[in-house]
This record gives sequence, C-alpha cells and structure tokens, in this order.
Amino acid sequence: MSGRTIIPFGPQHPVLPEPLHFDFVTEDERIVEAIPSIGYVHRGLELLVDKKDYIEFVYVAERICGICSFMHGMTYCLAIEEIMKLDVPPRAQYLRVIWSELSRMHSHLMWLGFAADAFGFESLFMHSWRMREHVLDIIEATTGGRVIFGSCKVGGTRRDIENSVLRGIVDKLEQMKDELKSVTDVFLKDYSIEHRLRGTGVITREGAHKLGAVGPMLRASGIESDTRRTGYAAYNHLEFAPVVEQDGDCYARCAVRVREIFQSIELIRQASLKIPDGAVEMKVAGVPDGEYFMRVEQPRGEVVYYIKANGTKNIERFRVRTPTFANIPAMVTTMKGSHMADIPNIILTIDPCISCTER
Amino acid sequence: MGEVQKYININPAELLNHVADYSAQGYRLVQIGCTMKGDRYELNYSFDKDYGFVNLRFDIAQDYEVASISPIYFCAFLYENEIHELFGVMIKNIVVDYKGSFYRVKGTAPFRKSPAPENEPGGEA
Repeated sequence: MSGRTIIPFGPQHPVLPEPLHFDFVTEDERIVEAIPSIGYVHRGLELLVDKKDYIEFVYVAERICGICSFMHGMTYCLAIEEIMKLDVPPRAQYLRVIWSELSRMHSHLMWLGFAADAFGFESLFMHSWRMREHVLDIIEATTGGRVIFGSCKVGGTRRDIENSVLRGIVDKLEQMKDELKSVTDVFLKDYSIEHRLRGTGVITREGAHKLGAVGPMLRASGIESDTRRTGYAAYNHLEFAPVVEQDGDCYARCAVRVREIFQSIELIRQASLKIPDGAVEMKVAGVPDGEYFMRVEQPRGEVVYYIKANGTKNIERFRVRTPTFANIPAMVTTMKGSHMADIPNIILTIDPCISCTER
Repeated sequence: MGEVQKYININPAELLNHVADYSAQGYRLVQIGCTMKGDRYELNYSFDKDYGFVNLRFDIAQDYEVASISPIYFCAFLYENEIHELFGVMIKNIVVDYKGSFYRVKGTAPFRKSPAPENEPGGEA
C-alpha cells in the first residue's frame, strides 16, 4: 500500500471562482478523504437585521448573492408577506416567477461556461456566456440591472412588464432555443466531455437523500424534489415536473441543468399567457410579528429563509440556509475514491456559490 | 398562502430519539438553526418529506450540552459546527468537529447577544 499524502486545494485555485478550501488525503492519485473548509469571506449579513428595518432589509437580502440576487430578495419578501398575511397582487406573483426563471437561465448558462472552462473547452465557455448575455439583456431591459434587479419589494414588485414586452420576451426566448440546443448538445453529446463527466463523482439516490443534498445535485440522483412544487409565487398555477436524471454523476448534474434551461423558457411562456392584468404592489402597513421558514428553489437548489419578527420594525432573527451549504456533505462524499484530476469537475457540478454560503 | 409547516416542541433530552424516528421515516434534514431567546438558545431542527415541512424545537440554557445528531444525519455536522461557532452552543460527539475553526471568525460566538456562561472554555464571561 502506498503512503498517504495531504494535498491542500484552494482557497485560491484556478478552478475555483470563489474561496473554498479542501484538504485532500490521497493515496497516489486517488482521494481517500476530503475535508472541506470555508469561512474566508464570511460577512455576517444575518446580523444586519439589527440595523435595517424590515422594509429596507430586502436590499441586504438581495446582495447575499450576485447570481441569484432576485431570488434572495424574493424569498425574503415572501417570508415577510407570509408572516404579515399579505395578499400580494397576482400580477406581481407572476412577474416574480418570470424574473426567477430568467435568473435560473442565466445562472445555469453561467455554470455551463464555468464547467466548459474547467475541462478546457474554451470556445464552449464563450458560447455559453454569449447565450447568457441574451438573457442578461432581457433582465436589464425589464429591471434596469444585470446583477441586482431591485425589483422585488414587500407587498409586490417595484416594476411591471407590459404585456407587449412580455410577448416580445417569449418570442426572443423561443428564437434562442435552436442556438441553445446546438450549444447544450455539445455538453451532452461530445465524446470528450462525456468521457470526463460520465461515472465521475457519483452519488447514489440514497446517499443524496441521506446527505441532505438539494437542487440539481439531488435530482440528478433520481429524486423528484423541486421546491417550486410547494406553489410559492405563481408556481401553483403553472404546469411542470421536476427535471430528474438517474445516474448521479457529473454528467447527470450537467444534464439536469441543461434541461432546466429549456424548462425555464416554458415556464416563462406559460406565465406570460396566464399573467392577469392589475396592480403589481399593495400598500403595506404595520410591522411583522411571527415566524416562518420560507423555501424557494434557486438555481442551485432549495434555499431556506427563517425569519422571526417581534412586532417591531427590526426583525429579531434572520437566518439563511443556502443550497451550496446543504450540498457540501454530498460533494465531499462524491470526492472519496475519485482521482485528483476529476476534482475540478466534481466541485463545479455542485455549482458552488460561496458568496451565498458565506452570507 | 404558503405551505403548511408543523412545529413540534420537544424535550432536548429526547432529541436523538425523535431524530432517529424521522430518519427511519425517510425525512431529509433541511437545516438546524439557532436563535437567541433572552439568555437561552432556541434550536430548530427542520425536516422535509414529500414537501411536508416539520420543525423540532426546544430551548436550552447556555451551559447545556446538546447531543449531536450527526451520527444519524452525517450532514448535520456542518450545521452543528456553525451554531457552535456563531452562537457558542455546546454540542457533544459531532462526527467532524472543527473545534471553532469552521468560519474563522474573530472572537468567540459573535451571534450570541448575552455573556457566555462562566464554564465555557474561551468564553467571554
């Protein structure tokens, strides 16, 4: 038996977009043990509820992450609205779905680019990000921002999208489908990519469930779980089924995200057809008093917001459990037995967002 | 309106029995969270099965040592290290115990809003 070596990996590493550290115990090139370590950029944002009132705090929530910023703001608003029993106008709920799905599309396309970069396919990286730009253009045209939308507020949304513009968005997304398919087909059909991803970083259905995995990490192992099915915002009015793959490997996680891009286009199409006319915000009076665990399906999986309010303008406790945090145990488990060369792909296929995790 | 959520108050001494029961029923551990309740800790253990959300809850004095549920749900080790480091909650038998070096925060238990118990190693009291 060969000797064991401990290899430090990160927090600064070419494959890591954000700081994350592992100590890999290896035997030759094979990982025997992986010990994760975070905390390099922990910001303590949860404590800011002492300084910002519950209306202002949506700005802080939205800045937890630069990729799923809208969904963070929306999750916060949904939790407050649930505590205050606010009946938010239906049009605002549909707009939230539309912006959420645009967020999911640009997040998944960004991830595809990162993944391509990790296995050295630079032109595919550029094509993925070029497609993402089209989605960002739509977001910018409808919200004024590309990263921070600033469109969600307690009681509704700050902006509306005219019905004619909505139809234009759907047309543009439909036109993008062919090009999207030609780009994503490379991820799913190219021999060298398949060779790198198939059978790599496998986690079983039982393992994913037991280790608390969420999002594409969970669904790629054959578990049909998607928090959108709880029906928040206007998802209860839309028809969709969670995207599920069975193999639990890097390829399956990639395939789930690819299929979810097209699912998002379909959800936006449905929402644009069903969105009712009317107001997009309501007047909010009073202060929240109560508690709620709000769950939303972000691109990386289920996020949980716990809010406890005590009838004052400042919330008593604000806690966020991010999908990346929940996926760390499953990621570590998939690394055991893998080759060192496969580690970048394994890390990337959970789509880690350390900014969220270090909120 | 949002999903129906079940809150169950339990005796902290019976935590492992309850958690083992949820594990046997096939529940997924969603999160473990801590909230200050005066000078006590309120702990929430959340589970999900088929979109049904259940929350086990109890509160404890700051010098109470909670049993780790990580031997049952391995993934709990992250949450337990987090609440130990941010709040100073004492937890025994965590399967992967970072012993306070998980988040690399300066100082002891920055999220705790009251003085540490006198018997806590490295406490502020």
